[in-house]
Amino acid sequence: MDVKIGLECHAQLLTQSKLFCSCSTDYHNAEPNTHVCATCLGLPGALPVVNERAIRYGIKVALALGCTIQPKVIFYRKNYYYPDLPRGFQITQYEFPIAFNGLVRIESDGGKEREIRIKRVHMEEDPGRLVYRGTIDTATYSLVDYNRSGIPLVEIVTEPDLKSPKEARIFLGKLRSILEYLGVFEGDLEGAMRVDANISLKGGERAEVKNISSYKGVEKALSFEITRQKNLLRRGLTVQQETRHYDETRGVTLSLRTKEFEHDYRYFPEPDLVPIRISNRIEEIRREIPELPDEKKLRFIAQYSLTMEHANALTFDRHIADFYEVVASKIDPKLSATWIADVLKGELNYRSISMREASKRISPDDFVAMLRYLKKGVITERGATEIIREMLDSGGKPEEILRSKGLASIGSDEIEKAIHAVIKENEAAVKDYKAGKKEALNFLVGQVMKHTRGTADPKEVRAMLTRKIDGEI
Amino acid sequence: MIRKEEIEHIAWLARVALREDEKDLFEQQLSSILDYFAVLDEADTTDVEPTYHVIGITDVVREDEPKEALSQPEVLRNAPKKEQGYFKSPRIL
Repeated sequence: MDVKIGLECHAQLLTQSKLFCSCSTDYHNAEPNTHVCATCLGLPGALPVVNERAIRYGIKVALALGCTIQPKVIFYRKNYYYPDLPRGFQITQYEFPIAFNGLVRIESDGGKEREIRIKRVHMEEDPGRLVYRGTIDTATYSLVDYNRSGIPLVEIVTEPDLKSPKEARIFLGKLRSILEYLGVFEGDLEGAMRVDANISLKGGERAEVKNISSYKGVEKALSFEITRQKNLLRRGLTVQQETRHYDETRGVTLSLRTKEFEHDYRYFPEPDLVPIRISNRIEEIRREIPELPDEKKLRFIAQYSLTMEHANALTFDRHIADFYEVVASKIDPKLSATWIADVLKGELNYRSISMREASKRISPDDFVAMLRYLKKGVITERGATEIIREMLDSGGKPEEILRSKGLASIGSDEIEKAIHAVIKENEAAVKDYKAGKKEALNFLVGQVMKHTRGTADPKEVRAMLTRKIDGEI
Repeated sequence: MIRKEEIEHIAWLARVALREDEKDLFEQQLSSILDYFAVLDEADTTDVEPTYHVIGITDVVREDEPKEALSQPEVLRNAPKKEQGYFKSPRIL
């Protein structure tokens, strides 16, 4: 089935103050309407003034996406009534955005490289946030918090180059990665990235799906929409061009069927803001662009002899890449790669926490200390995993955890003792093994590990066990 | 000339409820205003850069420094309806 998907991605830029006023952007976890002034509340007579850093961040994003930067930007008013918009219009860019024509490379299904064209990049202000008591269907009124009103957003619009919901999710992941590398965005902040998607199937009109606010949501919303459109086409009905709302909790898209979203925005230049020339800022900002994920991946492969999989896993998240490089500078880079890409990342995923959060508990030095114990044979692989888990869950230093949890691997004398006991207690299993049942050995190894509380090296236990039992035959 | 449907549409966009007699009145008034401005169409604007802003200055920006915001009671002072620190608004979807 021929599917075409284009995305409009809105990313919050990490400035200290808002786009057109000096209210703090540190509004997460704040009481409602406490980060608000006359400007972002849309009171009459208030004058917006552009935040220089926000403009620079916007240019930085456009450059990193390979766009052609425009010589000047002009802000426009986009007029519509909605309670989250206090003035009745949103200040955005229209005919003169920051940039056009960029490109993002993604690794699609099966590692195939695909190029996704970027149509334009522009800046605008975030609207306020609506809160419903109960569900969106049953609430009789909405509550409005303007703390978010005026947060700088960069909107990145793609051409309809994405071919599946999965590809859309991969693209968003890549975009997030690039924006985080630039230091202008923090993807795990709630609502940091919001997406509208245009989707059409061959033989149908396109539908716009609004209100997608999570990375997983993109894939779910688009999959739902494809199924809906397919069913219409199969029944010989037409897909109408319309705007649909994504309901995250139910995983469905709903027709809005209201004139509210008709595109009658009556854009006109914002008279309170003068044009901003950006040509003179470009070269300086270009020099500030750091090594981006694709380049870093290639360097990791060359410099540390990593596999493509490890290089991918280590460079996707800037915080993990930075963590890895510090660790790899102090101890075997390949061993570090395995333990960070395979073990640490797995433990982070399991706990749904980001490396940024985790780095408050695990420092690269802690990780190096743990790996040194492992290399010297002070702890087993299992002990090493245990230390990582303990550091993530309760904090603490590797040496303390090693002591308090009794993780130091034990010598062969003690393993010998444990084996002796296990053989005595499990005569049936020993008999089974001698009779040729290989699985019985696994059971016995497990019993020895239990006796030693995981402080024995399972490989050593296995070798010693076979020698012992086989020797008796 | 401006048609009555356009008057109704513009009124809806501005969320203004008009009586029938007002629609007729604005139809006439807006039409004459547009006629008045139509004189501009006669000016030859070939090779003239469009004007986006009437004052010739550019690049008015400020540093990215947060300043103190209004207090929540101040923010909500003009709100006709409020609840637990929020503005209360009709539900619109």
